[in-house]
Amino acid sequence: MTAIDSRTRRRNGVSAAAPAAPTTPVRGGGRSFHVISLVILVVLAILWLIPSVFAVKTSLTANGVAALGAQEILTEMRPTLESYLTLMRQGDIWNWYLSSFLTSIITAVLTLLFASMAAFALSRLRFRGRSLVYLLVIIGLMIPSQVLIVPLFEELRILQLLNTYWAVILPQVPSVIAVFIFKKFFDGVPKELEEAARVDGAGLWRIYWSVIMPLSRPVTAAVAILTFVWTWNNLLLPLFVLSNPALMTIPVGLATVQGTFGLRYADIQAGAILAALPLVVLYMFFQRQIVEGVTGSGLKG
Amino acid sequence: MRHRTPQAWLFLTPFVVFYVAFMIGPTVWMFFASFFHTSTVHSGLGPFAGLDNYLEMFGRADFWSALWHTLQFTLYTVPPLVILSFVMAVLTNRVARGQWFFRLAFFLPFILPSATISLIWVFVFTPSTGLWSLPARMVGLEPGAGILSDPSTAMIGIAIATIWWTIGFNFVLFLAGLQDIPRELYEAAAVDGATPWQQIVRLTVPLLNRTTGLVILLQIIASLKIFDQVYLMTEGGPGISTQVALGLITDTAFTSNRIGAASAASVLLFLIILVIAIIQQVVSRVGTAREEGS
Repeated sequence: MTAIDSRTRRRNGVSAAAPAAPTTPVRGGGRSFHVISLVILVVLAILWLIPSVFAVKTSLTANGVAALGAQEILTEMRPTLESYLTLMRQGDIWNWYLSSFLTSIITAVLTLLFASMAAFALSRLRFRGRSLVYLLVIIGLMIPSQVLIVPLFEELRILQLLNTYWAVILPQVPSVIAVFIFKKFFDGVPKELEEAARVDGAGLWRIYWSVIMPLSRPVTAAVAILTFVWTWNNLLLPLFVLSNPALMTIPVGLATVQGTFGLRYADIQAGAILAALPLVVLYMFFQRQIVEGVTGSGLKG
Repeated sequence: MRHRTPQAWLFLTPFVVFYVAFMIGPTVWMFFASFFHTSTVHSGLGPFAGLDNYLEMFGRADFWSALWHTLQFTLYTVPPLVILSFVMAVLTNRVARGQWFFRLAFFLPFILPSATISLIWVFVFTPSTGLWSLPARMVGLEPGAGILSDPSTAMIGIAIATIWWTIGFNFVLFLAGLQDIPRELYEAAAVDGATPWQQIVRLTVPLLNRTTGLVILLQIIASLKIFDQVYLMTEGGPGISTQVALGLITDTAFTSNRIGAASAASVLLFLIILVIAIIQQVVSRVGTAREEGS
């Protein structure tokens, strides 16, 4: 058993976020087992795809047909973009997109900057108060921030930030997980590289900005994308701190107006898809960073 | 390393300021406010309440029912989310080509906004004509008022939508754990004549113990914080049959304007989640330390 343990240990040390190892089917198993497991897998995958595919199909169906029921939607053969055009003509959706993009991008940029700076200090510098800061960060991993919605609301009210983009951005900037992800990565960057810069007379800021950060592009990309996705998807905070429809993020805007859509099911599904579309595009381009980032945040956070 | 206290704090200050302002500060304020009759209609903390807010919560039937619904949701979602994602990961890991397709199918819903998944599933659950009614009718289920409109099934509907939405998270965690298991172990087992089923039960399951523990704890924490799906799919209804803890908290604060009482309920939920989060950190750290200490 010891041999097995040390082997798994060595593998685990490689980091769970390491790129997927090339896999070949486990040999030595019965052929029937292989077939059965593939059948189960395909059935599960189809089950998992049905809701999204059905939503897309509905969004491409006329409202009148969509109101009749699932059977009619599935057998309807004349696709139409009418629902998308309706939503885009209404205008609100553009405000919501603007709000979602602005808040998600600004939150991602500030999170990246502040978390990487803090991680740099924790990884590279010895200073008074270091263990206190480290303790605070570990405590932060355990604080369920959603449960802080009531005091956060009061704080933002007192600061007169309600109904501004800042009310959505500022509370999401201190990301403890981002600090952890950065610190873990910085710990693995060899110190010799900055020694050379230091000999050349570079200050700490230069070392952080011109040596460490350029080496950290993969982890920076992962944190940026994940923060963007999390901010885009946050419902609780923007739902209560934004009441002006023009400022709402797209999930909040949709959730607020869906009641007024009545039986316009195709329009509702088109809205649901428009709210998710930027994230799906992001997934297509940055699949690896997203999956690795989520895995890393799960194992660390 | 030399001591560089002033420079280090220049790097730390922006993060620490935000962290104190929006994490530590609100946490401390929440504990304070829970002992006062704080309200949105007057400024400041308001008159001192002692333990009144807590006693009120303990005495309210809807508080216990919200806690029960939160627990109910946790019980409905955690076992399928853990077992099914394990099955998906083990089976996907055996596939040689086209893994990307299964990763896409199982993981993509996880990065969609809760509003999107709720709008999709409310529509799927449309009474009598929705997509759900087609297979339901085939197996002879009465269409009735629809799964979300019946107090006895509404939480099941929310649970189904949630399982579909979030299983991708556990799936990628298990997949990462699986890829850390050396192939030679399986080859050795196969040489010894172990069937694939025996390999899964005797090798995969025990070697993934730590990942499974972590997944279960993370899943319990996530389930206790449920809010979005309930708010979007049923608004806690029918009646209060799906009202959960965070829903009760936001209702008390933002509909009844009773910040003090909502803070007391927040503190209670906060402590419940904190206990499980501490257990999760201990499990995760002990595991890491054991790996690194050898």
